[in-house]
Amino acid sequence: MMKNHILIACSIFAAIFVFASDQPAVRVEPTESLGPRTLEKQTKAAVIRDYLQAWSSFSRAFEQNRADILDADFVGVAREKLEDTIREQAKLAIQTRYRDGAHDIQLVFYSPEGLSLQLVDTVEYDVQILDREKVVTTQHVRARYVAVLTPTEVRWKVRLFQAEPR
Amino acid sequence: MKRRSTCFLGGLVLAAMPLASAQSGSLSLPKTVEAGSAFSIPSTGSGKAVLYIVGPGQVLRRSVQLGEPASFASGDLHNAGHYLAVLVSGSSTENGAFDVTAAHEPAVLSFLAKPSRVAVDLRDGISGVVYVLDTFQNLVLAPTKVSFQLSGVAGAAQTRTVLTRNGVASTKMNSAAKEGPGQFVAQVGNATGTRVIQQVPGEPCDLRMSARPSGQRLAVQTDPVRDCTGNIVPDGTIVTFTETYHGGESTVDAPLKQGVARAEMPAYNGAKISVATGVVLGNEIRWGK
Repeated sequence: MMKNHILIACSIFAAIFVFASDQPAVRVEPTESLGPRTLEKQTKAAVIRDYLQAWSSFSRAFEQNRADILDADFVGVAREKLEDTIREQAKLAIQTRYRDGAHDIQLVFYSPEGLSLQLVDTVEYDVQILDREKVVTTQHVRARYVAVLTPTEVRWKVRLFQAEPR
Repeated sequence: MKRRSTCFLGGLVLAAMPLASAQSGSLSLPKTVEAGSAFSIPSTGSGKAVLYIVGPGQVLRRSVQLGEPASFASGDLHNAGHYLAVLVSGSSTENGAFDVTAAHEPAVLSFLAKPSRVAVDLRDGISGVVYVLDTFQNLVLAPTKVSFQLSGVAGAAQTRTVLTRNGVASTKMNSAAKEGPGQFVAQVGNATGTRVIQQVPGEPCDLRMSARPSGQRLAVQTDPVRDCTGNIVPDGTIVTFTETYHGGESTVDAPLKQGVARAEMPAYNGAKISVATGVVLGNEIRWGK
C-alpha cells in the first residue's frame, strides 16, 4: 500500500519535472548598443516572445513533420530550409524532437530602418532522433544560434536561423 | 529520508524513460565542415550500420559498411548549422556532433537601402544594411569587408568600407546636393547589390513674388521656388497667396508648375498681399495707395 503511494507520488514528481522542463529558462543579456537605432522596451519584449515562440513551432513542426506549423513564426530562407528538412525527414520516416531547455539571448543588431533585428542565442536543448518511431538516440546540445527577425503584420518572424561553431 | 531519496530516484528514472538506452560510443568526426564541401566519416569494426546526420538544416541517412569511411560528396551537406552524427549498428550506438560553416566565398548580398526617396543634402539620410550570404544562402559569419558606394548625377561618390559582425554590415550616407537618382551599391568580392535612391529637392528656402495689373484684377506670381541647394521645388507644392483689404481677406492656393506659382486676385487699392509655402514666408506687396 505504502509502496503504491510512493510510486504515485514519484509519478506526479516525474510529471511535474517533465512539465516544468517544457518551459525553457530564458536569460536576456542587457542591451547596450544595437547600432544605429534605439530599441524600445516593448519591441525588445515582442522580439524575445516571438523568437521563443518560433522555437516552440520549430519543435512541434519537426516532431510532427508538418511544415505548415512553421508559417506563423518563420519566413524567407529560414522557412524554406526548415521546410526542406521536414520534407526530407518525412521521406526517410525520421522524426526529431527538439526540447529547448535554456536560452541565453543577446540582441546584437537593430537595423536603422527597423526592418531587421539580429540576436545571438546560446541555447541548450535535447534532441531525440526517431527512425520509424523507434528512438535512435537522445543527445544534449549546447549551441550558439544566430537569428535574424523581421517585423510582419502582427509579429516578428525568423528570417535567418543558423547555428555557428562555438 | 529513505522514502524521499527513493522518490527522487524514481522520478529521475521516469523522467529519463524516453532516452535511448543503447550502448553509446564516440564517433570520430571533423570539428567543422565547410558547407557544400566533400567530407568523410571513418568507422571501425565490421558489418553493416546506419549513419544519421541530423540538424535543423538537413537530415541524411546512409547505410555504411563498418571499417570503411562514409563519404559525402560536394553539395550533400550544404546548410550551415550544428549537426548530430549517429552511427547505429545492432545494439551499439556511436554519437558525435560537428558544425557546418558557411562557404568562405560570399555569393549573395541581402541589401536593404532606405528610404527609396529622400530630400537632397540630408546628413545620414540614407541607410544601407547588408547581410552576407554564401551560395547556399548561409549567413557568412566570418568578418567580411563590405564596400558601400553612393553616386549621384553630380559630385563625387561617397564610399565606405564596413566589416561585418555576425554576418551583417550597415552604413549611413548623406544625400547629394543635386536632385536625381543615386546609385547605392554594396559589394563583397564578386557579389554586388544595387539600389536606386531618388533624391528629391528639399523644402523651399526662399520665396519671392511680384504683382502686376491684369485687367480689373491683379496677377501675382512667384519667382522660381528653390530649395537651399538651388534645386527647383517639385511641381504640385502648394503656395498660398493672401490679400487683406479694408478688413476683408482673400486667399488663393496655387500649385507650383515648373517652379512657379501664379494666381489672380482682386485689385483693391491699399491691399496688402503676402505669400507663403509650408513654413516659409515670402515678401509682402502693398498695392496702389
